[in-house]
Amino acid sequence: MSNTVQQRFTGTTVIGTARLIAAKDLRVELRSRVLLNQVLPFALIVMVMFAFALDSDAVLERVAPGLVWLAALFSALIMVSRSFAVETADGALDQLRSAGVPAMGIFIGKMMALMAQLVVLVTLLIIAAVVLYRAELSWAGSVLLVTTGLTATCGLAAVGTLYGGLAAGAKGRETLLPLLLLPVVAPVLIGATRATESAFGTRGVSTSQGWPWLGLLAVFAVLFSVSGAVAFGPLLDD
Amino acid sequence: MSTVLHGHDPASIEPVVNLCDAVAVLGSFPALAGVTMTVMRGEIVLLSGPNGAGKTTLLRLCAGLVALERGQGRVLGVDLANDRESVRHRVGMIGHSNGLYGDLTVTENVRFWGLTVGASESEIDLAVSRMGLDGRLAHLPVSRLSAGQRRRTALAGLVARRAELWLLDEPHAGLDAAGRDELDSVLKMAATAGATVIVASHELERASKLATRQVEVIAGQVRKVAAL
Amino acid sequence: MSNDRATSTPFTKGLGFFVLLGIALLIILGIFVSPADVNQGESVRIMYAHVPGAWLAYLAFVMTAVSSAAYLWKRTRSLTWDRIAGASAEVGVLFMGISLVTGSLWGRLTWGTYWTWDARLTTTAFLFVTYIGYLAVRGLGGTHQQRARRSAVLALLAVLEIPLVHFSVELWNTLHQKASVAGRGTDVEMNGLMLFTLFLGVVVFTLMYVWLVLHRQRALMLEDMLDDSGLDHALSERRAEATQAGR
Repeated sequence: MSNTVQQRFTGTTVIGTARLIAAKDLRVELRSRVLLNQVLPFALIVMVMFAFALDSDAVLERVAPGLVWLAALFSALIMVSRSFAVETADGALDQLRSAGVPAMGIFIGKMMALMAQLVVLVTLLIIAAVVLYRAELSWAGSVLLVTTGLTATCGLAAVGTLYGGLAAGAKGRETLLPLLLLPVVAPVLIGATRATESAFGTRGVSTSQGWPWLGLLAVFAVLFSVSGAVAFGPLLDD
Repeated sequence: MSTVLHGHDPASIEPVVNLCDAVAVLGSFPALAGVTMTVMRGEIVLLSGPNGAGKTTLLRLCAGLVALERGQGRVLGVDLANDRESVRHRVGMIGHSNGLYGDLTVTENVRFWGLTVGASESEIDLAVSRMGLDGRLAHLPVSRLSAGQRRRTALAGLVARRAELWLLDEPHAGLDAAGRDELDSVLKMAATAGATVIVASHELERASKLATRQVEVIAGQVRKVAAL
Repeated sequence: MSNDRATSTPFTKGLGFFVLLGIALLIILGIFVSPADVNQGESVRIMYAHVPGAWLAYLAFVMTAVSSAAYLWKRTRSLTWDRIAGASAEVGVLFMGISLVTGSLWGRLTWGTYWTWDARLTTTAFLFVTYIGYLAVRGLGGTHQQRARRSAVLALLAVLEIPLVHFSVELWNTLHQKASVAGRGTDVEMNGLMLFTLFLGVVVFTLMYVWLVLHRQRALMLEDMLDDSGLDHALSERRAEATQAGR
């Protein structure tokens, strides 16, 4: 790596740390392929299971947006868990804190990496919905859909990283994380589902009706990104 | 051999660690019940004592990870009572775990830790080779290494991070005889290059060949100090 | 010495007396004296437990948030605020449970359904689950300061979360043009005595909350003190242990 590239990654600043951590998280995923080999198949199976349970093409087409985001939420739980399992497996998170690496940087870095993976996940789920549930997507709806996907995953990544850090290494963390996280992400579920409905034109909802929901998602994303960045350090500290 | 560590001032005679009657608690338990200890630069100090004596807590105190409840303490010139967070990035502590990412290679792990302080690629390569991990090993995922090699990767991380004080908790645990010998030689090399090393260990015989001084800790206090 | 272990003071004893008096009065007025509703009949009496219970749930939530903020702010940092936050959360969960159960029963009696998705009821349910999570985190262990910091951050995050949830559910409901179930209360024709009883219920429940929190936070303080005062004792024990081992 050239020296300028090195400097970009220097962990002494918050941004530098964030870049370093995000790159590391994505590199770990690239090597271990957990998202690819485990989480995505899980999400797809969940989508198929919904079809079995609901057992009606008409119903499936109607509720497709909700199912997409439900599957996304459940997968996000696993992904957050995994993101912090990587850190606690060999005490790396403790080492990072011991080394005095800025907590805000760790938060932003892990959040960015998580968001990137969530975008991949949600894209796949939408494709699955189109294929499995015969949802139909208009061009006007695509813009709304993309924006919704980005905003919703940003919010999910922020809360996920925050609460994931809280639960990391705690006893009973596998059950503590869902208990803490699911109530908090309810607004995302509501907003993202409604906006996606508009994008798909499900039940005659027009695309223009989706944009207010996007506002809700944006508020959520901003609120929790900021709070997360601030609260992550105190949460982790000794 | 160039100086690996920065901030190394050969003329300085201020102790790296200076504790006076330090008390530290875990929950409500007084793990350290009044420790007085001084460590100078370049020393390799052995912390001995039975399980539960407080060796780990003493190391964590020096790393700025545990609050100083009573008494005084200075590490690398930093007052532990008021400012312990700022000593952290200059100190490296390796406990029972190594702080590595199993899926990444040796070089990637060392580079990650080096980059937290903005180390250059050449420093990173130097750290890897110092620990005897260059060549084929450097490109293997850490999960495929032996325990000894993983331990040395963690230490390479300390070198890359330019840590001035190394705090090692039972570093020989889980290593075979060859691994332990390798570990000892890299520690000696690190001390020569200017690092100060404190090792908590049960391995009295081996550690007495490694260390310059022995500090015995019993029930949260220093009982005996002996030169080796 | 025994006074150190008791959690009551003359103030709480007096308060407790008035609370008991108030509860007796509330029962008499609520169940026997006040009139049944024109529309709902006798089932309206659940209102005297439900409305104050819901009010208390939100009061407790606000109190936990305020105490958590007080703990986190350096100038007022004191573990007492942490203990008040914890006590308030415990009492709050109790009142949230009461509110949910009575609300559900009331709905069943008047509308025939145990549950509706109106914003207030749904938000209370979310608050309930959030606080169970909060109490779980309080029980994670560590030093008192660690516990205090973690829970304080969590409580403040809940302050963000609950209004967001409420707002989202309300928006969601307007979409479906669901009838505002706050109307369940306004359906009731309130005459003077009913209003008074309701008001009395709110006052009595509030006093009960204060009494419970005062006692509980003192009990928590005693628990923490037990941990701490152990320190001096444990210090000398540990030093003695060292002298023994040194021989």
